[in-house]
Amino acid sequence: MPKKIRVLIAKPGLDGHDRGAKVVARALRDAGMEVIYTGLRQTPEDIVEAAIQEDVDAIGLSCLSGAHMTLFPEVVKLLKKRKSGDILVAGGGIIPEADIPKLKKAGIKIVFGPGTPLRDIVAFFETAGKGA
Amino acid sequence: MPARKGTASRSRDPVTGLVRDLLKGDKRAAAKLISLIEDDEPEATEALARIHPHTGRAHVVGFTGPPGVGKSSLINRLVRTFRGRGKKVGVVAVDPTSPYTGGAVLGDRIRMADTGVDPGVFIRSMATRGHAGGLALATFDAVRVLDALGMDLVLVETVGAGQSEVEIATRAHSTVVVEMPMTGDAVQTMKAGILEIGDVYVVNKVDLGNADVLVANLKFQLEPRDGWRPPVIRTAALEGRGIGELADALDRHAKFLDDTGLRKKREISRARLEILENAQRLLSRRVEAGSGFGRTFETMAKEVAERRFDPHSAARKLLHEPPRESD
Amino acid sequence: MRAEDDRKALEKEVKRWEASTLRNALESLPERRKEFVTTSSRPVRRLYTPLDLDGKADETRVGKPGEFPFTRGIHPTMYRGRLWTMRMFAGYGSAEDTNRRFKYLIAHGETGLSVAFDMPTLYGYDTDQPEAKGEFGTCGVAVSSPEDMRLLFHGIDVGQVSTSMTINSPAAVIWAMYLAAAEERKVPWSKLRGTIQNDILKEYQAQKEWIFPPEPSMRLVVDTFEFGSKQVPQWNTISISGYHIREAGATAGQELAFTLANGMEYVRWGVERGLRVDDFAPRLSFFFNAHNDLFEEIAKYRAARRIWAREMRDTFAAKNPRSWLLRFHAQTAGVSLTAQQPEVNIVRTTVQALAAVLGGTQSLHTNAYDEAYQVPNEAAARIALRTQQILAHESGVANTADPLGGSYFLEALTDELEDEAYQYFDRIQDLGGVIPAIRKGFFQQEIANSAYRYQREIEDKERVIVGVNDFVVDEQPEVEPLRVTEASLKAQVERLRRLRRTRDAKKHEHALDRLRKACEGDENTMPFILDAVRAKATLGEVIDVMREVFGVWEEPLLY
Repeated sequence: MPKKIRVLIAKPGLDGHDRGAKVVARALRDAGMEVIYTGLRQTPEDIVEAAIQEDVDAIGLSCLSGAHMTLFPEVVKLLKKRKSGDILVAGGGIIPEADIPKLKKAGIKIVFGPGTPLRDIVAFFETAGKGA
Repeated sequence: MPARKGTASRSRDPVTGLVRDLLKGDKRAAAKLISLIEDDEPEATEALARIHPHTGRAHVVGFTGPPGVGKSSLINRLVRTFRGRGKKVGVVAVDPTSPYTGGAVLGDRIRMADTGVDPGVFIRSMATRGHAGGLALATFDAVRVLDALGMDLVLVETVGAGQSEVEIATRAHSTVVVEMPMTGDAVQTMKAGILEIGDVYVVNKVDLGNADVLVANLKFQLEPRDGWRPPVIRTAALEGRGIGELADALDRHAKFLDDTGLRKKREISRARLEILENAQRLLSRRVEAGSGFGRTFETMAKEVAERRFDPHSAARKLLHEPPRESD
Repeated sequence: MRAEDDRKALEKEVKRWEASTLRNALESLPERRKEFVTTSSRPVRRLYTPLDLDGKADETRVGKPGEFPFTRGIHPTMYRGRLWTMRMFAGYGSAEDTNRRFKYLIAHGETGLSVAFDMPTLYGYDTDQPEAKGEFGTCGVAVSSPEDMRLLFHGIDVGQVSTSMTINSPAAVIWAMYLAAAEERKVPWSKLRGTIQNDILKEYQAQKEWIFPPEPSMRLVVDTFEFGSKQVPQWNTISISGYHIREAGATAGQELAFTLANGMEYVRWGVERGLRVDDFAPRLSFFFNAHNDLFEEIAKYRAARRIWAREMRDTFAAKNPRSWLLRFHAQTAGVSLTAQQPEVNIVRTTVQALAAVLGGTQSLHTNAYDEAYQVPNEAAARIALRTQQILAHESGVANTADPLGGSYFLEALTDELEDEAYQYFDRIQDLGGVIPAIRKGFFQQEIANSAYRYQREIEDKERVIVGVNDFVVDEQPEVEPLRVTEASLKAQVERLRRLRRTRDAKKHEHALDRLRKACEGDENTMPFILDAVRAKATLGEVIDVMREVFGVWEEPLLY
């Protein structure tokens, strides 16, 4: 039986715009994955702790308030510290093109900007389960 | 560190290392072991065998009740209360897998957001993965992992549909049945059997009103079982009311089980069930298509269908019992 | 269409048209799709005729502008008397940064101010609190103290210009800071014009900027109604909003229904407090989305006015006609903006702004084309403002009231939206009312379902989004994002520290204690919030007191 892919969808920081995160969570479920949605107002510590306890294959971070440059790399840093650097981290939300290379350098595997088709997002998380 | 490889084994750490770390209280190891078991990896049986001697300390409480009744919020509050009393608490929360897509949104953790980072708490969300009833196959094995991790209590939240209450009652030490008052004039009926399996009954969302009738009803209908009269507790989980009383009731029940020797009796009943289940599982594997015995089994089935063989003899053959004279 | 004979004759005519002219045409040129729908998936027929007006376009339902039920507008002369206010939402970085942007926009012709606050401010945290880390000034201006508020409006005469502040959970406190700043400048409160959004119900449903649970939050809102009606008579103490509900994924019908249901809930609470409805209702204002589907949006605004007028007059027995008026601000749909081919957003915004104007809005914000990936830069904000000016001065649409009134299509749509709203009102009622429905997650679930359906329509290409799932080009737009500087952050933190060092500590402590007592009791909290602000309390300090007394809201799970 093909392994279930487990994904954590998280909203770090204060940003309360959860439309995208919820739509992605549903799409991943429809694609056969097990999705844990953390809800709003998560600190990077909350997110990493949840990712470890749930032993997820990947994390999807959503931020629309412009705070991604502080919050996203913090998640990656904490994962590494907890010996869980193999968990893939993807980002989405309102993220200017200019910030993407910096985020990638900080360890974010991919950034999904506005307008990304759901199938591309699903495809990414599917590879997360099978190995990049 | 290289990217994760999923298909062979989600975890690349060897089992012995994981178990060793687990016993030291390492949460990451616990999580990996649970995944191993959930995914039914070949090392899972070995892992469980190594863990088993280190289990039996945790008090396991199962929560059942219809969807929407507030189990998650109740558990969240209970975790906080028990943490305040110095206990380490594990939670296994089960949500249904979609029969159409095979996926699931595991939404119980979200209500426990404020306890997630507490070092004395471990929360794991599980999907039923096709298992009928309100639990996943791996649920109580996951409970064992948390037991071995050092949790004093493990709270198990079921989906609330199907026959989850029966499954829970046979496996947990204490079973909590959660109900809530209905609004309107309709007479509130409860699922058949529900009055027989609970050790503690909770009427949640009492802030909505109408609780008195339900509470009175329950008190009237509940019979003592094995010398324990199930209490009926009123709670309003979102407001934190009644949680202390619930925690007290659970403590009392735990003590009752110890004092009467019932805990041991139930452990033995449970062990019986589990041994049989494992046997069934092993047998099922034996006869899987593609396995050594698979083809023989197929032939057996054809013969039974064609009335050249009867199903009982076939089963005995499967178990290597000598055939009866009539064959 | 009154006579039964006329009606029958027209029905016959339409059938004839369908059987002959239409049928012939369809044979050689079938329609492009099986079904045509609005942005909200509402079916649209190929033809609307006077038959659709039947019983709908008479005086009691449509009427005249400036008269009950105000379907055609709240003023008799509409834009011939006064154009809508061009009010551009602005804010980023520190108070000084935003003050510069305000002046820029005023210089280029905007006629009202609108303040966007940053996340920490929206949630009641000071810039130097840990929760604010990484979030200073990124999506709005940081206002942690009365000092910041003063600087925000430096060089701007608040007695002359109206200011709208998009702030919800901490609205009473931010308003107090604004009032205190005006007081310091000797501007009498009776002269102040503006709005605080202060709409907590939609926070639980959609925008999620809640702090306290519903009941204490509603108490704070009614405190502002009461205070405002007596002390700041020209101020709109609430902007009952559908914008965010729509942005979160709701349909036009849901936006309309949920907003008005919330509005009625606020009125109920005001009346429950003992206020006379006519004392505070004239200062209730609204805020709607201006989305893609031109006609559906116009119909939505008209239905909104009609429903509100009827409910206020008949259900709440308001006597003052000013209490029946639904006055609204509109903002073009942020969620419709694309990061791909961003200049095309100018076109989207234009169509959406047109809907708002044809729908009779009192005030309008048009989005800048770069807002799919950042807070707008100056040039983009200017084009957005110019868009409004084109509509106002070159397009002719401001020349008459409700230009599309009487259109068979529009009147039919207006009625449909009104019906849909009433169906939702019934459902909300069945659930026990707005707040019980919030607790049950009703609104949140409806919104999430609509959002998911909409996204699936895009995925399946049932719905075309130009540049995103069709007409795609492989271009990287040249963008220099607006950055919040380290210097701004440092200045802000330093300002906070200085404020805390130099204020009268005793006065400050006493004011907070007194506020705490007021929160615990049932006095109107506004005077005590004002005293705390005058004693130089920071936003975080005041909100922390409230957090202690009122508690914190826990969201019911939904996805």
